Amino acid sequence: MRYSIFTLLRQSLTGHAGWTPAWRDAEPKSDYDIIIIGGGGHGLATAYYLAKVHGITNVAVLEKGWIGSGNAGRNTTIIRSNYLLAGNNPFYEWSMKLWEGLEQELNYNAMVSQRGVLNLYHSDAQRDVYARRGNAMRMHDVDAELLDARAVRRMLPYLDYENARFPIHGGLLQRRGGTARHDAVVWGYARAASDRGVDIIQNCEVTGLLRDGASVVGVETTRGAIRARKVGMAVAGSTSRVARLAGLRLPIESYVLQAFVSEAIKPFIPGVVTFGAGHFYISQSDKGGLVFGGDLDGYNSYAQRGNLPTVEDVCEGAMALMPAIGRVRVLRSWGGITDMSMDGSPIIDRTALPGLYLNAGWCYGGFKATPASGWCFAHLIARDEAHEVARAYRLDRFASGHLIDERGVGAQPNLH
Amino acid sequence: MSEFAYHGAAASQRPDPDTPEVDLAYYEAVYLRDNPAGPHKELWYHAGGCRSWLRVTRDTRTHEILAVNFPAPVNT
Repeated sequence: MRYSIFTLLRQSLTGHAGWTPAWRDAEPKSDYDIIIIGGGGHGLATAYYLAKVHGITNVAVLEKGWIGSGNAGRNTTIIRSNYLLAGNNPFYEWSMKLWEGLEQELNYNAMVSQRGVLNLYHSDAQRDVYARRGNAMRMHDVDAELLDARAVRRMLPYLDYENARFPIHGGLLQRRGGTARHDAVVWGYARAASDRGVDIIQNCEVTGLLRDGASVVGVETTRGAIRARKVGMAVAGSTSRVARLAGLRLPIESYVLQAFVSEAIKPFIPGVVTFGAGHFYISQSDKGGLVFGGDLDGYNSYAQRGNLPTVEDVCEGAMALMPAIGRVRVLRSWGGITDMSMDGSPIIDRTALPGLYLNAGWCYGGFKATPASGWCFAHLIARDEAHEVARAYRLDRFASGHLIDERGVGAQPNLH
Repeated sequence: MSEFAYHGAAASQRPDPDTPEVDLAYYEAVYLRDNPAGPHKELWYHAGGCRSWLRVTRDTRTHEILAVNFPAPVNT
């Protein structure tokens, strides 16, 4: 069913009785050309672009829960391409370009809103770092503006500019950054992939890999064995667990990242704002809730829920930046399991096992990467070669020393 | 920020620099992790207290502490 104003009008006149499910809840077949493990944004986007760009439609996406139950529904919905390093910047800018056309592409309202992402700086040294990043962005044809304190004050008059410890000196603004509706992104990709023949199989957990010698030729699941010519993994926080089924050890640790939403208030925060003196970021959803987050809980976790010291730390960041929201009540908090790589950058690559492909290491930045991750992973699986904007995301870069250390903190994944 | 500071997996040991294939040994020690969902041996530092290192076995799914002891002295 194509969504349009005419479909809506027709359904309005007939009591909305004719809407059909957005995608087929498929039963697994015995074999496919390609299996994607993980029905999150990255897995569904991969399946969609396999079908759309590469014409491969005999594809299954296996999801152990339901579509939208994992990190796709747990992130803080920010999209941006404000990266410094040459290995990252073209990839995230390609993602941004895909975001800009996503809704027309998928015929689905993903509520992509380019309301701007502003990174605040609080010292002369930090201004220089941000200026360097802004210049790197502009050299890659990405929009970036360095604002002084007066310009930021015009946008956000209620920040704590004269804070004794963290005075706000200005910010680096990417106007094309913003937010998108995270559930709608997976629903839209699922619907568009399903329309092109992809089987989306929910409640189907992968429990083992089928092997023919060294090669991977399918998966064992809770719903039986399924064979495939190629298998791609896009399972975020569960990457090490699935990789262990293949006997692989990876440069990844799993951590929980918490997110928060407040009660709804009137329009207050026009875009995304990040606090540069701690780790805190905030935006306001279209429903009015303030959506915010901060640091990881600082130790390995598969718990999908966070602990109170980090809640306190995040709220302290909020109060240092934006005291005006001190009386706003927090409505909910939740946690998602992130696959923290050792240099803070992702991996889109083949593995040592023929037929097994890896998409992992998104740390807590996976949401913004969804379209390009799918695009590049589909390219890799279909053509057995890295896409040009994802060439740096090799698995062997940790052994060869070609790290993409955007934060510059070394092999300490809970610091990225 | 808190009394105890996390220092990662306890299994990771600095390799002997005279070991054969030393690059591979360092790559594995620095970058590769078991990252289990379940009991995990890890190092914590009692930063806000007695400044001891602790070897803790913790379930990463529930945060239940299964064992705590002092790590064995490292032979140099």
